[in-house]
Amino acid sequence: MNSDSQQRFDVLVIGGGPAGMAAAALAAESGSRVGMVDDNASAGGQIWRRALNGVETVEAARWSERLRSANVTTSFGKRVFDQPETGVLLAEGDDDLCELRYQNLVVATGARERFLPFPGWTLPNVMGAGGLQAMVKSGLPIRGKRVVVAGTGPLLLAVAAYLRKQGAEIRIICEQASWIRLAGFGASLWKHPAKVSQGLQLRKELASVPYATNSWPLAAHGGQRLESVTISRNGKTEVIPCDFLACGFHLVPNVELPLLLGCQISGGYVQVDDLQQTSIKGIFCAGEPTGIGGVELALVEGQIAGLAAAGESKRARSLFGERRKTQHFARLLDRTFRLRPELKDLSSAETIVCRCEDVPCSRLREHKSWRAAKLYTRCGMGPCQGRICGPATQFLFEWNPDSVRPPVLPARVESLASLAKSN
Amino acid sequence: MNSKSFDAVIVGAGIVGAACADEFARRGLRVAVVDRDVVGSGATAAGMGHIVAMDDSEAQFALTRYSQRLWQALRPELPPDVEYEQCGTIWVAADEQEMAEVRRKHEYYGRLGVPTTVLDAQVLQRLEPNLREGMTGGLLVPEDAVLYPPCAARFLMERAQKLGAQVQLGASVAQIGQARVRLSDGIEIAGEIIVNATGAWAAELTNGIQIKKRKGHLVITDRYPGFLRHQLVELGYLKSAHSVSNDSVAFNVQPRRTGQILIGSSRQYGAEHKEVDHDILRRMLLRAQEYMPALGPMSAVRTWTGFRAATRDRLPLIGPWPEDKSLFLATGHEGLGITTSLATARILVDGIMGATAEIPIEPYLPSRAGEEHVHA
Ligand SMILES: Cc1cc2nc3c(=O)[nH]c(=O)nc-3n(C[C@H](O)[C@H](O)[C@H](O)COP(=O)(O)OP(=O)(O)OC[C@H]3O[C@@H](n4cnc5c(N)ncnc54)[C@H](O)[C@@H]3O)c2cc1C
Ligand SMILES: Cc1cc2nc3c(=O)[nH]c(=O)nc-3n(C[C@H](O)[C@H](O)[C@H](O)COP(=O)(O)OP(=O)(O)OC[C@H]3O[C@@H](n4cnc5c(N)ncnc54)[C@H](O)[C@@H]3O)c2cc1C
Repeated sequence: MNSDSQQRFDVLVIGGGPAGMAAAALAAESGSRVGMVDDNASAGGQIWRRALNGVETVEAARWSERLRSANVTTSFGKRVFDQPETGVLLAEGDDDLCELRYQNLVVATGARERFLPFPGWTLPNVMGAGGLQAMVKSGLPIRGKRVVVAGTGPLLLAVAAYLRKQGAEIRIICEQASWIRLAGFGASLWKHPAKVSQGLQLRKELASVPYATNSWPLAAHGGQRLESVTISRNGKTEVIPCDFLACGFHLVPNVELPLLLGCQISGGYVQVDDLQQTSIKGIFCAGEPTGIGGVELALVEGQIAGLAAAGESKRARSLFGERRKTQHFARLLDRTFRLRPELKDLSSAETIVCRCEDVPCSRLREHKSWRAAKLYTRCGMGPCQGRICGPATQFLFEWNPDSVRPPVLPARVESLASLAKSN
Repeated sequence: MNSKSFDAVIVGAGIVGAACADEFARRGLRVAVVDRDVVGSGATAAGMGHIVAMDDSEAQFALTRYSQRLWQALRPELPPDVEYEQCGTIWVAADEQEMAEVRRKHEYYGRLGVPTTVLDAQVLQRLEPNLREGMTGGLLVPEDAVLYPPCAARFLMERAQKLGAQVQLGASVAQIGQARVRLSDGIEIAGEIIVNATGAWAAELTNGIQIKKRKGHLVITDRYPGFLRHQLVELGYLKSAHSVSNDSVAFNVQPRRTGQILIGSSRQYGAEHKEVDHDILRRMLLRAQEYMPALGPMSAVRTWTGFRAATRDRLPLIGPWPEDKSLFLATGHEGLGITTSLATARILVDGIMGATAEIPIEPYLPSRAGEEHVHA
């Protein structure tokens, strides 16, 4: 093992998205010795890592600058995979392992896309909406390609707008939510001027792209790769030829690390008090793991958590009002983009649900629990550790996920073997 | 299920309970099975599934070898998800002393009709190129196999169900004996024969059984097809399996059909919690890397633990419990219960039905010498 290292922090932040950046910056500005770890090559998280539009990059630049001047020790390309003992986390890089000791911890692990299986979803060129965006950002040619964007949530619009800017031809955006729900969402947005201006901006960028509500993918077709998509559009079936299908059914919070740490989870989200403290003293949580609420909420929660973790609870309290306003938006998101029951019937018997272990829907249907399905079919036992099929089966069959064991992310055998016992 | 009376009620739906249910049902008895969880979810879900002939004692050899032959006979019926694979075992010798053990084993197995091949260092290296260089040699036991235990248990249980066995899952048993099984919710199930097949938890239902929980850890990697071909076990393993007090680890790796590598093994007494113990995990993986340095950079995707039911003389408890004539035991299989499940069921039911068993049951009887007196 090269350059193994041991570091100690007053406040350690896991995750370098908006929530983690805000937490780290504020804790460090309060005088604490702060470390921030992320598994990507740079800070920014899901949204800021790729410059999307002017508004967000200005905000991102502002927070990066604050992080820098506050003297936060950042560490990128490191996956936090285990807590061998209280107050010690292990993170693995491509060729090293570090031991991170903390007094207080802020978990800001963000969210990932939710995928739902339907016939053909495993074909090449059927991708996650955020996933396709990331690939284009890192060089996948998209100019002139026909793209169908489908699923649910505000992410679809952001991705469509981005792809269009890069020269893609967006054939249609299929949103499973009904227009009534969306109208309610739009009407409530007046409370969130920032969201309205973001929305208007996106609308402008997507002028002339059909946006279909009450619509979802039924099947993707093609031999070696994707050729067309059948969608259900307002009750009617339509076949749309295309080169890419960008698909995402809103977001799933990354709660595996908090689960490993023993934090209480309820309804899929990490439970926190006013100061963003979890059920475990000294462990705080901010951003998407406490509820999918978008970047503004992630930022306020991050600031509160950072201040509280640095012992500045009084200053943290001054941000409660701002948080309350943005929490309203989170609830709105939840309500508007709730998955409709019809989506449970998309899979046919042969549709693969667990891609790592090639488990088709028919083999899962016969089981009554995630545990039983896992035991007999190996569903969720592959390298993604159930991160994709877990949320899907939770929606499809209402199964509850298992407990979490180390490593929370795959780690090298030699890293697991170097778990030092405190001496 | 509650109103009926059964010939036999089996408590525990691990691989041993499942094999017993299948055996009773095939002999025409009316069987019920009760488990608080799902089929094969206890030690059976945690085990490595190595079907291995072991010569720790003559009685152990007889049971493991008999059972191995029963698995071989069952092979054509096993569904693909049981993943039965006759990959063979190689006992790896790291020094001359262990090489002497290889030759002793070769002679012993041969005398009892089990083919084995002594491997020198070069042949060993050719068969398993990822072993560290400098091993002294090994013993190949080609008839040993591996399988996926939860699906094997499920297969046996479903076969029993097709013959009429009733299975009640998610039902915790509070008390057994006097031809009754009482569930925690008060419901009683009557049966002339009650079988305690609750593995490491057997002593909770039958007072006085001398069983200790022996915790084990395993790690599974991502897929590396072709990396490993046989189940490899260090001969030092015997020292580990034999130690009665101390925590121990041994090099024990298994190729899965998926190309994944299962890495074991550890043994701990006095550990009651399922949580991964980082210290023993570390020792276990260091040991594995001593034998196979190439394991180090491999991606480990999961770790887990399980509890073996350990007896003092390292033999299982199979047969009537002397203090209650309705009660029978099928537990105490330590690290060999996947292997010996079929033979356990066969000789237990042979005994109950008055049939002549293919191997004598005496060495495993709960009333055997050395097992009857209770130590504090
Ligand atoms: C794929 C995707 C694309 C998105 N695109 C947009 C968009 O275009 N526009 C928009 O408004 N919103 C988008 N969002 C939503 C956006 O992520 C949130 O609104 C907001 O950024 C949440 O911030 P956060 O700090 O809570 O989490 P994130 O931004 O998700 O940051 C969490 C960080 O923690 C890291 N991490 C997690 N676990 C570990 C670990 N064990 N070890 C080390 N690091 C870890 C993650 O890799 C990530 O970098 C997207 C979300 C996703 C999932
Ligand atoms: C790490 C490890 C590796 C192993 N490797 C191998 C190997 O390679 N080869 C091999 O042959 N063996 C191996 N073993 C041993 C093997 O797994 C066990 O011997 C075998 O699974 C025992 O089966 P069982 O049915 O007796 O017990 P279990 O599978 O534990 O079943 C007992 C059942 O009883 C139920 N139960 C308990 N109490 C109650 C109650 N009060 N009410 C209702 N239900 C109850 C439980 O829910 C459980 O389902 C290994 C074990 C471990 C831990």
